[in-house]
Amino acid sequence: MPDIEIRVTVNGRPRRATVPPRLTLADYLRETCGLTGTHLGCEHGVCGSCTVLLDGEAVRACLMFAVQADGAEVTTVEGMAAADGALSPVQCAFRDHHGLQCGFCTPGLVVSATAFLRDNPDPTDEQIRDGLSGNLCRCTGYQGILKAVRAAADGTGAAEETA
Amino acid sequence: MKPAAFTYHAPETAAEAAGLLADLGDEAKAIAGGQSLVPMLALRLAVFDHLVDLRRVGGLRGVERRNGDVWIGAGTTQTEVQRSALVAEAVPLLSRATPLIGHFQIRNRGTIGGSIAHADAAAEYPAVALALDARLEALSPRGSRTIPATEFFTGLWSTALEPDELLTGISFPVRGARSGFAVEEFARRSGDFAIAGAAVAVELDADGRVLRCGIGLFGLGSTPRRASAAEAAATGGGADSLSAEEIGRDAIAELDSVPSDLHASADYRRHLGAVMVARAWQRAVKEASDA
Repeated sequence: MPDIEIRVTVNGRPRRATVPPRLTLADYLRETCGLTGTHLGCEHGVCGSCTVLLDGEAVRACLMFAVQADGAEVTTVEGMAAADGALSPVQCAFRDHHGLQCGFCTPGLVVSATAFLRDNPDPTDEQIRDGLSGNLCRCTGYQGILKAVRAAADGTGAAEETA
Repeated sequence: MKPAAFTYHAPETAAEAAGLLADLGDEAKAIAGGQSLVPMLALRLAVFDHLVDLRRVGGLRGVERRNGDVWIGAGTTQTEVQRSALVAEAVPLLSRATPLIGHFQIRNRGTIGGSIAHADAAAEYPAVALALDARLEALSPRGSRTIPATEFFTGLWSTALEPDELLTGISFPVRGARSGFAVEEFARRSGDFAIAGAAVAVELDADGRVLRCGIGLFGLGSTPRRASAAEAAATGGGADSLSAEEIGRDAIAELDSVPSDLHASADYRRHLGAVMVARAWQRAVKEASDA
């Protein structure tokens, strides 16, 4: 069961690695790249905590193997902020509207919401609820998260960015 | 929660992939989007020594018109199906069923061929394939063949595909102008597998009688099912005089092994199934009548 060489661009940085085929993309990001922002909750595609962008599309990093990402561009939650550390509009909105509590689900929600708002720039509340339904949060009761995504969609999420 | 070790193959042609499946036999499994297979591997409900990844295989993706049908490559993602203007216009039942599959993150990886070959009894696409009389193209080292959807689903997670056969594409017939389509399902949470659901296609003649119809059922047996007796009873009847509730009851009356589990008893599923068929029928007939 030979290891396979892969080339992946992660958050803009080209990487090469030799990985066992059974290594999931999530474990590759966490263990090999040291990018522990991608969280693993259920490891079978239910919770959404491991959501990353694969060539721009939100996917569950626990439901694919690193070898399948060969040649792809991956963006994790670490790649959401600007190079100077300035938070993205979605991240600002989560902070400003109490969109996180313990923070475990937050990376997956931020990545999902970022992709969702790119594809649905003017969503209804109903569409936001549907768009977030693939990410589970066990603390917040979701209201803060919904408010944050609403605010990010309305362009009002970064009100306190200078604070 | 980590899959067991396997050898990875990433062939570049469908023939090469089918050759690998033929050579490796039961120890190999084809993987497309992996949205059903990887959880099964992670939970070790399934273990394979070899995975044959189809991601590099050419000719497995795309939506196009072929001989009057709409052909969809097996490796086309559910998101691509959802975004296809041709599917929306010519096979609306498929467009309407797609948002009900999992969540958008799942649909970005999951493929139409994977969903149909996996043949989960509670999944949407197999029921749509049944309701529309889709034709499934399979390739093996022995050649290619076409399997009608009605002969494809043979049992729990099993299909008419031979171990060395690869599903390469699905052809959906395009219905006439006076047609209507609807999917109804009941799930406890958005994105969950349906407890019960129905996909309905109805085509009316110039006098408003049912020229033909298809009723695909999901979540209501060990396989996706087609309500053939209910379809036969409705065909030829006037769309205005047929009772949707009766068609719902007829569709469920044919079923012999409705599952009973934590989520719903068999009786409750039967009740829900009849309601889902009736609602879908009503909406499909309304659309066909208004067309």
